[in-house]
Amino acid sequence: MGLTIAEKILSRASGTKAKAGDIVTANLDLVIAHDGLDSVYNILKRENEKVWDSSKIFSSLDHNVPPQNERVAARLKHMREIVRELNIQHYYGENTGIANQIAAEKGFIRPGLLIAGIDSHVVTYGAFAAASTSFGFTEIAFIFARGKIWFKVPSTIQFDLRGSLQKRVMSKDIILHIAGCHGMNIGNYKSLEFSGEGAESLSMDGRMAVSNMSIELGAKFGLFEADEKTVRYLKEHGVDDVQEFRADPDSEYEAVFPIDIRHLEPQLALPHSVENVKAVSLCEGIPIDQAFLGTCSNGRLEDLRIAADIVKGRRVDRFTRFLVIPASWEIYLQALREGIIETLIQAGAIIANVGCGPCMGLHTGILAAGEKCISTSNRNFQGRMGSYDAEIYLASPATVAASALRGKITDPRNL
Amino acid sequence: MKKRFKGKVWRFNDNINTDVITPGKYENLPMPEMSLHCLEPVNPDFAGCVAEDDILVVGENFGCGSAREIAPQALKYLKIGAVIAKSFSRTFFRNSVAIGLPVLISEKAAALTSAGDKLEVDLEHSTVINISSGVKIPVEPLDELLYGILMNGGIFSSFRNT
Repeated sequence: MGLTIAEKILSRASGTKAKAGDIVTANLDLVIAHDGLDSVYNILKRENEKVWDSSKIFSSLDHNVPPQNERVAARLKHMREIVRELNIQHYYGENTGIANQIAAEKGFIRPGLLIAGIDSHVVTYGAFAAASTSFGFTEIAFIFARGKIWFKVPSTIQFDLRGSLQKRVMSKDIILHIAGCHGMNIGNYKSLEFSGEGAESLSMDGRMAVSNMSIELGAKFGLFEADEKTVRYLKEHGVDDVQEFRADPDSEYEAVFPIDIRHLEPQLALPHSVENVKAVSLCEGIPIDQAFLGTCSNGRLEDLRIAADIVKGRRVDRFTRFLVIPASWEIYLQALREGIIETLIQAGAIIANVGCGPCMGLHTGILAAGEKCISTSNRNFQGRMGSYDAEIYLASPATVAASALRGKITDPRNL
Repeated sequence: MKKRFKGKVWRFNDNINTDVITPGKYENLPMPEMSLHCLEPVNPDFAGCVAEDDILVVGENFGCGSAREIAPQALKYLKIGAVIAKSFSRTFFRNSVAIGLPVLISEKAAALTSAGDKLEVDLEHSTVINISSGVKIPVEPLDELLYGILMNGGIFSSFRNT
C-alpha cells in the first residue's frame, strides 16, 4: 500500500514507516514564529533551555504592526531584543508581511517539508505540499529547544475537485462550500488532500486560500500535490532544486469526496460559524457596514486583481467602509505597479498597512455593536473582530468587492 | 497534578472556539485580567463564579479555531480541574496536555450531566462519576504517553532528560 503526502513526510521526518494512527517523534525542518515569540521565549527561559538551531527559525511580526498602544509597543520592543539574543537568522520584522504568506515569498517553503508554526493558519503552506501545522507556545518552545516533537500520524481525507470554476467564483467558495457540507469537525486530527483537475486548475494564490482554511475544518494539514505550477512559483521565488511531490497512487484514504465545482455559486458563511454556509444569491441585500479584503486567507495578488476588476470605474457605497490590506509588502508593491491600488483608492477603498488588520479584533477596522462586516478572512466567530454584538460574513474577494459597491451583500456575478 | 478531585459541572455546547474561550481583543492583557473574560461571549458569569476543580463538560470540537495557548492557560489559571468533551480540536488538546490541563474524551458525558452536578474524576483510572445522579460516566482511557506528560505537569518536565 502506498503513502499519502502526510505519511510520506512524517516517515521521512521520523525515520520510520509512518502509517495513519502511529505516534512518531519527528524532526522539524522549519519553525515559523510571529508576535507570539515573546511567549515562546519566556517558556524557554523558565525551562532553562537553549535554541536547537537558530537557522531553522523564521520570524516576522504581523498581528500588531505597527503597535497600536504602549503595551504592545513594549512587547514588540522585547521581541526585537529576543531575536538578537536567540540569533534568529531569518527575521523579517514589521515591514514584510504576514508570516503565513512571506515564508513562501522568501523561498523558505518547499514540497515535503515538515513545518511547525505558532499561528494556526500556517496550514497555508500545505498548498506547496508541505506538512505545515500549528502548536501552542509551550510545544513551540519545546521544538525551539529540541527540534522535534511527537505527532500522531493522521489519516487522510481526499477532496477530488472536478471541473473548473466559473467566472467570479473563487477557491474561497470551494472551501466555504466544503465547510458548509461537511462541518468544522470533519478534518479534526486529519490530513486533507485537495486533488483532481479542479485543484490543478487553481493558481498558487487560490490553493493557498484553500489550504489556509483547512484549519477551519479542524485539519492538521491541508495539502495540494506539488505540480508544475508549484515548481514554477517556487522558482520565481528563488527555490531552484525542487521537484513535483505527490501522494502514491495506491495510498489509503479514510474517505474520498468528489466535489463538482463547475456549477458552484459564490458562497457565504453567515454569523457566527464557518459551517453556517449559504449561496450568496440567497442572501443578497443584507446591509453591511464594512467590507474587508485581506488576511493570510485572501490578501494576495489574485484577490486584489479581481477586486480592482470589479470596482474599476465605480464607487464604493458612501456609508460602507471598504478596507483593503495586502498580505505582504511584495504583494502591495506589485499591486501598485499594476495600478490595482490606484483603482481601489479611486473607487473609495481604504488601503491600510500590511499585516493581520482587524481579523482577530486587535486594531484597524474593529466592529461596533450592531455592525455587519463581510470579510475575506477565515473566521466569523462571535466577537472575533470587536463587539460580541457585531456580525461577520465570510466570502470571496469578488463577493466582498461587489458588496462594498452596493453596501449590501451582493453576488459578484451580477455586476 | 491531582489524580483525583471533585468539582462542579459547567456545560457548554459544540464548536466552542478559542476566540470565545479567550477573546482576541484581550490577548495582550496579563493573564489575571484576561482570564476574567474567559468564555464571556457564551457565559458572562463563568470567570467570576468558577471555583477550583470545577469541570467543563462540553460537546464536539472544543477549542477549535486559533491555536492560541492562552485558551487552556486561562482555564488552568482559573483552576479548572478538567475539560470533558465529545471531541477536542487538535491544537487545544495538544496545548492542554503540554501545559498540564487534564482533557478527557467522553461520548456520553454531555448527555449524563447537567450544569451544577458534582463529578468525581480519577485521572489515573480514567473514571468519572456523577455524584449528583450516581451515574458512572464512561471516558476514553488516556494514552500512556499523554498521561505521563499530564502527571509530570507538562511536556518540558516530562522530557527533561531526553
